[in-house]
Amino acid sequence: MTAGGAAERIAVTSDQDVVRVRQLVRTVAVAVKLSLVDQTKLVTAASELARNTLVYGGGGTVEVTRVENGRRAGIQIVFADQGPGIPDLDLALTDGYTTGGGLGLGLSGARRLVDEFAIDTAVGKGTTISVTKWCR
Amino acid sequence: MERVPVLKIGDILLVSIQIDMEDQVALQLQEDLAERIVASGCHGVIIDISALDIVDSFVGRTLATIASISRVLDAETVVVGMRPAVAITLVELGLSLPGIRTALNVELGMELLARERAEDDEDRDDDADEPAVTTP
Ligand SMILES: Nc1ncnc2c1ncn2[C@@H]1O[C@H](COP(=O)(O)OP(=O)(O)OP(=O)(O)O)[C@@H](O)[C@H]1O
Ligand SMILES: [Mg+2]
Repeated sequence: MTAGGAAERIAVTSDQDVVRVRQLVRTVAVAVKLSLVDQTKLVTAASELARNTLVYGGGGTVEVTRVENGRRAGIQIVFADQGPGIPDLDLALTDGYTTGGGLGLGLSGARRLVDEFAIDTAVGKGTTISVTKWCR
Repeated sequence: MERVPVLKIGDILLVSIQIDMEDQVALQLQEDLAERIVASGCHGVIIDISALDIVDSFVGRTLATIASISRVLDAETVVVGMRPAVAITLVELGLSLPGIRTALNVELGMELLARERAEDDEDRDDDADEPAVTTP
């Protein structure tokens, strides 16, 4: 996988920044010609993960990059925070598990909506989540 | 902060969400609607989401909460105009929106509300006519 363009980065420190993330991801998804359903899935996943970065991570950054894999184009999005980290990943990835009074669907649902999903988290250090969606 | 307008049309409150809502805007709508239901005495609420290109877990939860609050205040809520890509994504995210009535567009939503109201009134008449009869 190679980066096919300059990354765009948004600092996420408020509700408004989550809206900005959705808009940026939509713009890039249209540019790489993801199908409408795939655009919708990726923007929704990005909205969930950016909100987690804000609410649980105490804010952080979101970086959106156009990527290529052979002839396939795609988008990679990296959500990074220096918050408390996730002590039990399996639990956090369970549908319905929440420590914040949500529905507990953000993390597990976002994973279903993308093609590639990787989490790097350490208690007391922070959480980085990388997702990729490829054109079909 | 932007605000989503609530319009009164006949005996129905119509909310047409035209913006990508920040979380705070969605919460404000929840409060505004509760107040308008009580102030107007309306028994039906239609929320038109045809302009929304995504519904994430936060907006989904807000819609469900609005429906519950309305019910407690003797009003039925119908969510109308969901785009097909949004429906596909919501289900994959894991949100099936139980307890939310839906219709394809505003007109069908109004018909649904009118029909339900008529049935409710009939039930009430029945109860009044036959106070001694208990239906299981
Ligand atoms: N970036 C993060 N840093 C620390 N903890 C996190 C982070 N993201 C998620 N978590 C933890 O994982 C749990 C599950 O997250 P998930 O997004 O699935 O649900 P939620 O945010 O609680 O509810 P929902 O997203 O459905 O509104 C959270 O409640 C939180 O405890
Ligand atoms: Mg979440």
